Amino acid sequence: MTDMTSSVQSTFVRPAQARRDIGIKKRYAAERRFKAYGLTAILIGLFFLFVLLWTVVSKGYTAFQQTAITLPIEFSEKIIDPKNERGANPTKLMTANYPLLVRDALVKALGIDPANKPLVKQATDMVSASARTQLRDLVVANPAIIGTTATVSLLAEGNIDSANKGQIDLTVAEANRKVKDQQIEWMKTLSETGAMAKQFNTGLFTYGASSRPEAAGIGVAALGSLYMMLIVLVLALPIGVAASIYLEEFAPKNRLTDLIEVNINNLAAVPSIVYGLLGLSIFINFAGMPRSAAVVGGLVLTLMTLPTIIIATRAALKAVPPSIRSAALGLGASKMQTIFHHVLPLAMPGVLTGTIIGLAHALGETAPLLLIGMVAFVVDYPGSPMDPSTALPVQIYMWANEAERAFVERTSGAIMILLVFLVVMNLGAILLRRRFERRW
Amino acid sequence: MSTSLILLIILIVGLAAYFAGRARATASSKGKLSALHSLPGYHGVYVAIWAVLPAAFVLAIWLLASPFFIENSVRSALPDTVKSQGTATIELMLGQVMQVANGLKRLNSDELAAVTSGSSNLRDALAAKGVPMANAGEPYMVEAAQHYNSLRDGSRWVMSVAVLIIAIAGAVFAIRGISAPFRARNRVERVMLGTLLVASSIAILTTVGIVGSMLSEAIRFFQSVSPSTFFFGTVWDPRFSAAGSGGTEGQFGLLPLLAGTLYIAFVAMLFAVPVGLFAAIYMAEYAKPVVRGIAKPLLEILAGIPTIVYGFFALVTVGPFLRDISAQLNGLVTGNYVNFIQAQSVLTAGLVMGIMLIPFVSSLSDDIITQVPRSLRDGSLGLGATRSETIKRVILPAALPGIVGALLLTASRAVGETMIVVLAAGVAARMQLNPFEAMTTVTVKIVNQLTGDLEFNSPQTLVAFALGITLFAITLCLNIYALYIVRKYREQYE
Repeated sequence: MTDMTSSVQSTFVRPAQARRDIGIKKRYAAERRFKAYGLTAILIGLFFLFVLLWTVVSKGYTAFQQTAITLPIEFSEKIIDPKNERGANPTKLMTANYPLLVRDALVKALGIDPANKPLVKQATDMVSASARTQLRDLVVANPAIIGTTATVSLLAEGNIDSANKGQIDLTVAEANRKVKDQQIEWMKTLSETGAMAKQFNTGLFTYGASSRPEAAGIGVAALGSLYMMLIVLVLALPIGVAASIYLEEFAPKNRLTDLIEVNINNLAAVPSIVYGLLGLSIFINFAGMPRSAAVVGGLVLTLMTLPTIIIATRAALKAVPPSIRSAALGLGASKMQTIFHHVLPLAMPGVLTGTIIGLAHALGETAPLLLIGMVAFVVDYPGSPMDPSTALPVQIYMWANEAERAFVERTSGAIMILLVFLVVMNLGAILLRRRFERRW
Repeated sequence: MSTSLILLIILIVGLAAYFAGRARATASSKGKLSALHSLPGYHGVYVAIWAVLPAAFVLAIWLLASPFFIENSVRSALPDTVKSQGTATIELMLGQVMQVANGLKRLNSDELAAVTSGSSNLRDALAAKGVPMANAGEPYMVEAAQHYNSLRDGSRWVMSVAVLIIAIAGAVFAIRGISAPFRARNRVERVMLGTLLVASSIAILTTVGIVGSMLSEAIRFFQSVSPSTFFFGTVWDPRFSAAGSGGTEGQFGLLPLLAGTLYIAFVAMLFAVPVGLFAAIYMAEYAKPVVRGIAKPLLEILAGIPTIVYGFFALVTVGPFLRDISAQLNGLVTGNYVNFIQAQSVLTAGLVMGIMLIPFVSSLSDDIITQVPRSLRDGSLGLGATRSETIKRVILPAALPGIVGALLLTASRAVGETMIVVLAAGVAARMQLNPFEAMTTVTVKIVNQLTGDLEFNSPQTLVAFALGITLFAITLCLNIYALYIVRKYREQYE
C-alpha cells in the first residue's frame, strides 16, 4: 500500500495545473462577511440588552439605601400639649407642632444659635417634612413618651440624601445647587458623630405616592398590581381554558370558528392602548364602575391576556396525542370525561406556562391603565379592589416624569423590582416547562 | 340583604342540593350502584345546577333592570315644575335626589323626623354625615328621596325572597326527577358544553365591544367635528377650554399625528429589521446549539421587558446621549457646540422602539426560516453553493412571504406602541421630515387627551376615541393581512 502510493506520487510529478478560477476566494470571503453580519446583529441586540440593564441597575441600586438622621428628640410637653388638653381632646395630639421638636433637636445637635433664623431654616430643611407624621404617629401610639427624650431616626430630605450618596455635583456654584455649603458642613459633622448614616430603604417597599422622594415608595402601587393580577388569574385562566377546550375539541370546522380563530389571533396583536379605550368606554362610562379602581384595571388586563392564554392552551391541547383520547373513549368515557379527566391534566403544564407568561405581560402593561385613571396620586393602601389604586408600572411612569435626582434613582429602583418579579415569573414558566415537558 | 349575601345563600343551597341529589340517586339505586345510568355525583351536580343557575340568572336580571324601573318611578313622581324644565334639569335633579337618598340612610330616626318636618336644614344635616350637597335642597327632594329609598328597599326584599324561592324550587324540581335510569351525566355535560361555548364567545364579544364602544364615542365626536376636517386636517390644536366657557373650537387634524406615528415606526423598522433578520439567519443557519441555546433566550429577554422600561431608558439614557453626541459632533465640524438632535426626537423614539422590536423580528423570522424544508437546503448545498449563497438565493426567497408577514406584524406593533413614544417622542404635533426633531403620535395624543379631569361630552376627549378607532383599523388591516400571509405560507410547507 505504501509502496503504491509512493510510486504514484513519483509518477505524477507534473507541475500542478492552476485550478480554473471560479471565484472561490471571493465566495468564501462573502460567506465570512455574511456570517459576520449575523454575529454582529446578535451582538448588537445583546449589547443593547446589556446597556439597558446596566442603565437601570447603575442608576437604581442606590435607591435601596436611604440617608437617615438619628437625633435625640425631646418630646417636650410645652410644645406638644402646652395647655394639657390631651385628656379631654385627643385630636390635640394630631395637630401639635411636631416640626418644632425636630428643629430644637437639630439646633442642639448642630450647635446653632436659635435666633439665627436663616441658619435654623437651612438646618430644618435637611430633614424630610415627613418627620411630622413620623413623630405624630409615635406620640399618638404612645402618649407616655411626652416629657421624655427618645432617639428617633428621621429621613433626610431628598437632596441631602442625594448629596450624601455623592450624586450632587458640589463643584457647581452654591447658588445653583440645592444643597448649600453650610448644609454640607453639617452633613460632615453629623456623619462623623454617626448621627447621619445610610440604612436599608424599607420605605421604598412600603410607602405610597409622595411628592417628596424620600417618602415615596412602591408599596401601594404593588398592592394595586397584586389585586389586578389576582383578578386576571381568577378570570382569564378559567375562561381561557374553557374557550380553548371548546375551540380545539368541540367546535365544528365552519365559517364561525374560522372567524373566532382569526379574531383571537388579531386580538393578541391589537395595541394595548385600545383595550384601555374599551375599558374607559364600557366599564367606566357605560357600566358605571369607579375610576382608578383595580377592578377595572383587572378586567381590562383580563381581556388583554385572554388571547395569549387561549393560544397557549390550544397549542398544549393539540400536543396531547390522539391515542390518549382514543384510549379513554374506548374504555367508555364520554367526550367530556375524556377531556377533563385525561387530556386537560396532560396539557396543564403548557396551560400554566402560557398563563404565567400572559400574567407577566399584564404586570408590565402601562398604557391601558393610564386611560382608566390609574395615574392617581394614591397615598394609602387600597382596602379592596374597588378603592382607588395605582399599579407598579404606572408608578414608574409617574416617577419618570419627576425632575428631581432622587426620583430618577427611585424610578430605576422600582424598575429593578418590577424586573425581578418578571424574571421570577418567566423563570417559573421555563422551569415548569422543563419539569413537565413530555415527548410523546 | 346584600348581593354577596344572597349569592352566598344561593351557593349554600346549591351545595345542599348537590348532596341531596347524590343521596337520592344512591337511594334510588337500591344498593346496586350499577343500576344507575350516571354516577351519583352527576345526579348531585344536576340538582345543584337547577338550584343555582336559574336563581343566579334571575338575580342578575333583577340587579340590571331594577334601577331603570325605580328611576323611572321617581322621575314621574317629581313635581311638574321640575318636569317641565327639560331632560337636563330632570337628570340633574334625579342625581341630587339620589344623593339625598344616600344621605337620608345615614340619619337616625330623630334626625330623619326633623328633616322631613322641615324643622332642620337638610343640607346641614347631610353635611354632618359626610354627604355634601350642591344647594340647599327642596322639600320635594326629601319626599322623592324617601320614595326612592322605599322602592329600593322593597325591590331588594322581593328580589331576595324570589331568588331564594327559585333556588329551592329548582332544587326540588330536579330532585323529584331523579331515578335510576335518569341520564344525569348527559344533562350535566350539555350545560358544561354551553359554558364552554359562552367562554369562547367572549373573544368575539371583546372585538364587538372594542369596535362598538369606540364607534359610538367616535360618532359623537363626528357630530361636532366633521370627518373630513379630522381625517384630512393638517393642524392638531385641540385647545382644552374650561368647562362651561363654551370657548373656541379646537382643530383636530389627524395627519400630523399619523405622519409622526408612521415616521417613528419607519425609523424603528429601519433599525430592527436588518438586525433582527440577520440575528435570525445566524441563529437558524450558523449558530451551534450551545450558542443558540444562550443567545436566543437572552434576546427574548428584550421582548419580555415592559415598554415603560424602554421609555425610561430613552428618557434618561438614549435621548441625552444623542443630544450630547450631536453637540460634540457639531462642535468638531463647525466649532459651535449646539446640539442638532433634540433629546425627545423621532430618532430617539425610533431607535429605542427598534431595540424593543429586534426580538419580535428575530423570533418570528427564526420560526419561518426553520420551516423551510431541509430538502431545499440540501439541494442547494449539494450543487456546491456556499451557506450564504444558499441562504440568499434559496432559503430567503422561499421564506419571503412568511418574513413579510412577520414584518407586517412587527409594524403593527410599532404603530400601536405607546409608552416609549409618550416618554421619548415629544408632544409637538407637526409635520416635518427632520428625524432629529420631536414629533408626536396617535397613541401619545390618546393618552394626553384622556388623562386628567375629564368631561365626556367635549370633542377634546371624544377625539381620543376617533384616534383609537383609526389606530385599531390600521393595526387590524396589518394584522389580518399578515396572519393571512403567514397562514398561507405555513400551509405551503406542511
